[in-house]
Amino acid sequence: MAAITLTIDDKQVSAEDSQSVLSIAQEQGIAIPTLCHLEGVYDVGACRLCLVEVAGVNKLLPACTTKATEGMVVRTDTERLRKYRKITLELLFAERNHVCAICVANGHCELQTMAYNQGMDHVRYDYCFPKWDMDLTHERFGMDHNRCILCARCVRACWHIEGAGTKNVAGRGARSHIITDMFQPWGEAESCTSCGKCVMACPTGALFERGSTTGEMQRDRTTLEFIVTAREKKQWIA
Amino acid sequence: MDLSELNQIKERELAARKKYTLRCCMAAGCMSSNAESVKEELEKAVTEAGLGQEVEVRGVGCMRLCCEGPLVQADPDGILFEQVDPDAAKSIIAALKGGKAKARLGNPQSPFFTQQKSIVLANSGIVDPERIESYIAADGYQALYHVLRELDPNEVVTEMVTSGLRGRGGAGFPVGLKWGTVAKSPGAKKYVVCNADEGDPGAFMDRSVLESDPHAILEGMAIAAFAVGADQGFIYARAEYPLAIDRLKKAIKQAKAKGLLGAGIFDSPFNFTVDIRIGAGAFVCGEETALMMSIEGRRGTPRPRPPFPAESGLWGCPTLINNVETLANVAPIIRNGGEWFAGIGTEKSKGTKVFALAGKIKNTGLIEVPMGTPLRTIVEEMGGGAPDGGTIKAVQTGGPSGGCIPAHSLDTPVDYESLGKLGSIMGSGGMIVMDQDTNMVDVARFFMEFCMDESCGKCIPCRAGTVQMHHLLDKIMDRKATARDLQKLEELCDMVKSTSLCGLGQTAPNPTLSTLRFFRNEYEERLQPDVFGPRGNGKPAKTKASA
Repeated sequence: MAAITLTIDDKQVSAEDSQSVLSIAQEQGIAIPTLCHLEGVYDVGACRLCLVEVAGVNKLLPACTTKATEGMVVRTDTERLRKYRKITLELLFAERNHVCAICVANGHCELQTMAYNQGMDHVRYDYCFPKWDMDLTHERFGMDHNRCILCARCVRACWHIEGAGTKNVAGRGARSHIITDMFQPWGEAESCTSCGKCVMACPTGALFERGSTTGEMQRDRTTLEFIVTAREKKQWIA
Repeated sequence: MDLSELNQIKERELAARKKYTLRCCMAAGCMSSNAESVKEELEKAVTEAGLGQEVEVRGVGCMRLCCEGPLVQADPDGILFEQVDPDAAKSIIAALKGGKAKARLGNPQSPFFTQQKSIVLANSGIVDPERIESYIAADGYQALYHVLRELDPNEVVTEMVTSGLRGRGGAGFPVGLKWGTVAKSPGAKKYVVCNADEGDPGAFMDRSVLESDPHAILEGMAIAAFAVGADQGFIYARAEYPLAIDRLKKAIKQAKAKGLLGAGIFDSPFNFTVDIRIGAGAFVCGEETALMMSIEGRRGTPRPRPPFPAESGLWGCPTLINNVETLANVAPIIRNGGEWFAGIGTEKSKGTKVFALAGKIKNTGLIEVPMGTPLRTIVEEMGGGAPDGGTIKAVQTGGPSGGCIPAHSLDTPVDYESLGKLGSIMGSGGMIVMDQDTNMVDVARFFMEFCMDESCGKCIPCRAGTVQMHHLLDKIMDRKATARDLQKLEELCDMVKSTSLCGLGQTAPNPTLSTLRFFRNEYEERLQPDVFGPRGNGKPAKTKASA
C-alpha cells in the first residue's frame, strides 16, 4: 500500500492507493451522491449517481468502483454531472410508484432526500405507473416492489453479510425485480433467517418491518457496518 | 500427432478426391429451404447412375448467396445451381455429362462473387464442416503446428501486432495489443474465450463461420491460448444456434481424437481444452463482462471496467476474449504472415470484413470484402441495389449500437474510422438496407425497443432511460409529441450514452441519434404544436408510458 496525492474539486488530498475515489471524497467531506453504495458490502456501480469527471478520461467514471491513482484530477460537481444526476432521479421517480405522502419511509428515504438535495422538484417524463405486487407473506417483514429502485443493496447484504443468499434479482430491464429464494413468497423462503439485514439496507420504503409506523422507519445502517467491521477486525475475540 | 501424420491425412484426403464434386450448402439458411433432401436425392441419384467412383456429393458450409438457396455448385467447372429442388437431382447428375439440368443456373462471375475477398470465409462452401480431414486438406492445423513447434509466444503476439488485425466484435480494439496484455498479465491460470453470442438483428456472420468452418475457430483459439499462456478455452455460443453448436461439438470431439486438442498437442508441452457454454437468450451477454458472469454460472449482468478481462476475467484470472470472426483470421495470418494481412485493407483497418447483407436488397447473403470497399460497391454492385425498382434510402450498420448511413454518403469506404465519423459503427457486420418506404423514426423506435427489452436492468440510465426514450419515440410516431418532447429525447440520448454502465446502454441511443442527424425532418414533420405554446389549448395530452 502506498500513499498517493490527487486533486478532487481543486482540493489536493492524500490517500492510500487502494482507496476508491468515493471513500477519499467522503473522508475529505466532499459529498458525492450515491444510492447503490452501502458501507460494508462491495460496490457495483449501478446507480450512476456517483459518476465523476476524471481529467484525461473521456468517459464518466463511478466514484465507488474507481480506484484512485497518483496525480488523478477529479471533478465531482460540474454542471454536466448535476444535470445527469437530476435526470437519473427523474427516471427513477417515473419508473415505479414513488408516492412519498403515503410511503412508510416518508422522511427517512434516501431517494426522497437525494431528490431534495439535487433540486429535483418535478419529473418531466411520463410516469410508467407499473402494477407491482406487495409481498406480505413474511411474518416480520414486507416488500413493496412499487418502491424498489433495484439498487440490490438487500441482495448484497443478504449474500455477503448474512450469507443466506435468499434475495436475488430476476427478470431483466424494466421487468427486473427482487425475489426471495427461487421466486417463492418471502414467507415460504426456507433460506431466509429473518435477520432483517435487507430491511436495514433498503434506501427506500420497498423493504419494511411490518406493523411499524412511518415515524419508526429509521434504518439501522450502523449495525450493518458494525457487523462487517467487527468481522474483518475480529473484534469479537477478546 | 506430428507433422508427417498431418500431411498424410491431407494427402490421403486429396488423393480420394473424385473427378466431379457436387458441393451442397449445408448452412442454416439453405437447410431451412430443404437443402438436406437435396443432398440426399443427389447422393441417391449418383448411386443410381452408377457414378459413385466419379462423383462426390459433399455437404459444405455457407455458399453466401442465401436468398437463392438451396445452392449446389458442381466442380471442376464451378456451375452454380440456385433454388435447387430435390426432384431436380437426377437432371443435375445428368448435367455433369452434358445433359440439361432442371435447376436455375446462377452466375458465379457476377460482382456478388467476384468482388469478394475470402480470408475468413476461405473454407466456407468448400470444406465439409463435419469432417476434420476436409479441414486438414485445406492446410488446417498447419498454423498451429508452426506456432507450437517453431515459434515462441512472443513471436506469435508480434505477428498479430504486425498484421494490424482489429477486433471484429464491433469496437475494433487492436488484437495484438489485447493478446500482449493478457500474455503479460501475471497469473498461473488463464483463459481464452470465443464470443459467439452474436445477437444484432439481421446479423449472421458468426453463425455462418461456425457452421461452415468450426475447426478454424478451434485452431485460432489454440494459437491464441499458446500466445497468452492459457490452457482452457470456452466458446460462448447462443442457444439460438443449435446447428453451429452441434458442429462445434463434433469438431471438438474430432480434434481431441486426433490429438489436436488436449494434452501435449503436436508433442509439445502445450495443453489446451475447449468447452462450449450455451447462452440463455440474453443479448447483453455478448458484452464481455456479462459474458464472463454467465460462463461462471451467474446472472449475466455487466460490471464496471477496469479491471478489464485481460487483467481480471473468468474467476479473477487473466482472460482473452475474442469474437468468432477475429479468431477465424488467426490461422490465415500465421500461415501467410502478418505482413501479408497488413497489405490488405486501409491504413488503419486491415484485412477483410464479413457482412451479412439483409433488408431491401436483391442479393441477400454473406459477403467478405477488403476493408475500405465503398458502401456503394457493396450495396449496388454486389447487392444489386433495391428490389422492384426501389431506391436505397439508407444503410444500417452496427445493429442496435450503430447508425443509419444515408444514401448520399454511400461512397464512404467501409472502415472503423469512416463509419465512426458518420455516427455509425463497424459493428459485428450486420448490414441492413432500407428503401424509400422505410420510416426512419420507426427504425429508431425498433432498435430502441430492442435495447429496452434487452437491457439487463442493472443501471438506471439504460433500464429506465430506454423505456422513456422508447415512449417518446412512440409519441412521435403517433404524432402526439411536441418540440419539447423531441428536446427531451435528445437530452436523454446524451444522458444515457454518457452515463450507462456498459456498451449496451452507451450505444443504445446511436440509431436514434444518427436518424436525427440525417433524417431530422421525418421527426419534425410528426410534431404537434405545443399545447402550452401560442396555439395550444393549455391542456396537456394524456399519455402514459408503458413499462
